[in-house]
Amino acid sequence: MTAAPVLIIGARSDIGMALAHRYAAAGHPVQLAARASKGLEADAANIALRHGTSASVHEIDILEPESFAAFLDSLPQLPHVAICVVGLLGDQATSQTDIAAAQLTMRSNYEGPALLTGLIAERFAARGSGTIIGISSVAGERGRASNYVYGSAKAGYTAFLSGLRNRLSKTGVHVMTVLPGFVRTRMTAGMDLPARLTAEPAAVAEAIFRAATKQRDVIYVKPVWRLVMAIIRAIPEGIFKGTKL
Amino acid sequence: MMLSGWGRFPQQWCALHQPRDEAEVRAAMATGPRIARGNGRGYGDCAMQRNATIEMRRFNRMLAFEEETGQLVTEAGVLLAEVIDTFLPRGWFPPVTPGTKFVTIGGMVAADVHGKNHHRDGTFGRFVDWIDLMGEDGEVRRCSPQENAELFAWTIGGMGLTGVILRVAFRLRRVESAWIRQTTLPARNLDHVMALFEENGAATYSVAWIDCLNTGSGLGRSALMLGEHACADELSRTRRNAPFSVPAKRSRTMPVDLPRAALNRMTVKAFNALYYRNARAAAGDALVDWDSYFYPLDAILEWNRIYGARGFMQFQCVLPLDSAHAGLTELLRAIIASGEGSFLSVLKRMGAEHGPFSFPMEGYTLALDFPFSSGTARLMERLDAITLDHGGRFYLAKDARMSAATLRRADPRADVLAKVRRDAGLANFRSSQSERLCL
Ligand SMILES: Cc1cc2nc3c(=O)[nH]c(=O)nc-3n(C[C@H](O)[C@H](O)[C@H](O)COP(=O)(O)OP(=O)(O)OC[C@H]3O[C@@H](n4cnc5c(N)ncnc54)[C@H](O)[C@@H]3O)c2cc1C
Ligand SMILES: NC(=O)c1ccc[n+]([C@@H]2O[C@H](COP(=O)([O-])OP(=O)(O)OC[C@H]3O[C@@H](n4cnc5c(N)ncnc54)[C@H](OP(=O)(O)O)[C@@H]3O)[C@@H](O)[C@H]2O)c1
Repeated sequence: MTAAPVLIIGARSDIGMALAHRYAAAGHPVQLAARASKGLEADAANIALRHGTSASVHEIDILEPESFAAFLDSLPQLPHVAICVVGLLGDQATSQTDIAAAQLTMRSNYEGPALLTGLIAERFAARGSGTIIGISSVAGERGRASNYVYGSAKAGYTAFLSGLRNRLSKTGVHVMTVLPGFVRTRMTAGMDLPARLTAEPAAVAEAIFRAATKQRDVIYVKPVWRLVMAIIRAIPEGIFKGTKL
Repeated sequence: MMLSGWGRFPQQWCALHQPRDEAEVRAAMATGPRIARGNGRGYGDCAMQRNATIEMRRFNRMLAFEEETGQLVTEAGVLLAEVIDTFLPRGWFPPVTPGTKFVTIGGMVAADVHGKNHHRDGTFGRFVDWIDLMGEDGEVRRCSPQENAELFAWTIGGMGLTGVILRVAFRLRRVESAWIRQTTLPARNLDHVMALFEENGAATYSVAWIDCLNTGSGLGRSALMLGEHACADELSRTRRNAPFSVPAKRSRTMPVDLPRAALNRMTVKAFNALYYRNARAAAGDALVDWDSYFYPLDAILEWNRIYGARGFMQFQCVLPLDSAHAGLTELLRAIIASGEGSFLSVLKRMGAEHGPFSFPMEGYTLALDFPFSSGTARLMERLDAITLDHGGRFYLAKDARMSAATLRRADPRADVLAKVRRDAGLANFRSSQSERLCL
């Protein structure tokens, strides 16, 4: 097997699993990282059987930064592509009054993903190659009443990835930011999502896979979101603060 | 949500669960009466339960494969199409396949499906090594001929009434190519096609399309199609280099429900005549790719919509060998007399019976479908009566309307199943069908 290994952090998520299948279908060995990762053994077997590639399973908790270095050391090989899918929507109303809940959302969407991708970036930079893909969100483009705790953490992650890309642009390490709109996953199960703005996990994986080979910097998955977010960002704050979006 | 089977009749509101893991299956089960559902390719109400219908499509992982024995372990919701996509390029094919590849492995076990090779190889259940089954208590039991043997036997062909199938180990067969050597034999009438079936008992695959509208001496006019997996050296030189690749096909989707009038007696007649003529023209040998050979209907996705919004009904019975000729003659005459055309009519020689509740028995099976109308119901009752008179029985995967009394008269095993279910405390695994049939 000569194809480059791909690390997926948060592999249990629907988007993460779709990515694992997409890369495995292209012949890449995949490293599936998640918390309570034992449950992913069956998924690894499934990927290996279907695509004839190797798939390994690794334990990671994004809330334990002190374990990150050991986690990277334990991988069978430093990957060539590392994708961080970890995220936590949380409950906005709860986060407004419960500091611990707000903190968990912030740490799960910003602190953990940023610290881990940052560490991986250092190793990639030392090697002189690699692709880092961070899944952030359109929710980070502008804070809204309905989800600003989650949104602000995603905004932080988006800014972190942007800075990382800027710094590493001359090193051979590529950084791509993914800003999905609505995706039909466990995170959004039961929500009433507008069909035209909603993507399936497999479509998200396909879009990421293609964009990564073209070394794109920032993608929205469904192009219509670029327009939607341009409009939302353009609304003057004086008007925006009175809206319900 | 509103659910139905492939025949789109009956439709019923059911609470639908789509579990991802065992805990979620258990939670769905805890709500009370429930039935497992695969991909909804059963025609009637066998995979529907108002209180809780547990769709198993998210159990879609392949878990292990053993090269020496061909044993594949999958979760119950894996589609047969996925198994073929994954393993045919490596030289393996399902040991038994129904006429559509869009069925789940769990559904294949629960209906104990038969294919064109039933006369030689039996049902799918004969290739199943073990099943992991979730029972009333939420526990998962490994069932095999050695362990929980009785539960194993009743689960194969048990129509979901013994528990929820989670995982299945079954054996694939080796093939040398993705091609089938097909021989088409036109048959003038019923005598002729039955004689041809008996003469060709050694063929791996055999099935006949029967023209249900031709009368008199041409009653039962049909085209018998035999098939063998082609060996590599039977392929042309270019194909031999890539024996498992076949030309890509485009599938079409039936865009809208056709109005009822589009499928009248005329079109059925024209279709049947055309089919027979084509068969005559194509008489002889041909190399056909696996997909066209086994799954001609799958090329038109959602083809069930040609019957319009009211749906259609399937009828499938099997008649024992000694009364098959008389029974089939009467069945065909009844169809002609009714004026209801059957669009797709398939006749097949079946091999020996196997399993405590599986449909097949040694004899002939006839499968028909009719667009739903008031006249159809009467015709179906007539067909039921003829089947009963000739000692036949009915395929539950196709049934949407039979009465409990008819089932009991056809199949004394129904009462045995009902008792097994009572004794083992399995009564809450129940579908709309099993409620109708008092199983
Ligand atoms: C075009 C077409 C051609 C066909 N040709 C044939 C043929 O040649 N031979 C043949 O034998 N059949 C044939 N069938 C019928 C089909 O093979 C069966 O109905 C099969 O069971 C459908 O599988 P499914 O996954 O769609 O199951 P469903 O239709 O969803 O369910 C069928 C039954 O299986 C049970 N079941 C499903 N999954 C589970 C599970 N995980 N645990 C427990 N019970 C479960 C359900 O409760 C239900 O009783 C055909 C159907 C179509 C539409
Ligand atoms: N769905 C959408 O509409 C949408 C829109 C925009 C952006 N996104 C982003 O897309 C990504 C994937 O989300 P999804 O929709 O697929 O939902 P998801 O299934 O909830 O995925 C989130 C993943 O993050 C993992 N995770 C959370 N906390 C963790 C921790 N402490 N340690 C390790 N892993 C942790 C979860 O692991 P467990 O499985 O162990 O819980 C889960 O696999 C997320 O970053 C999300 O914010 C989603």
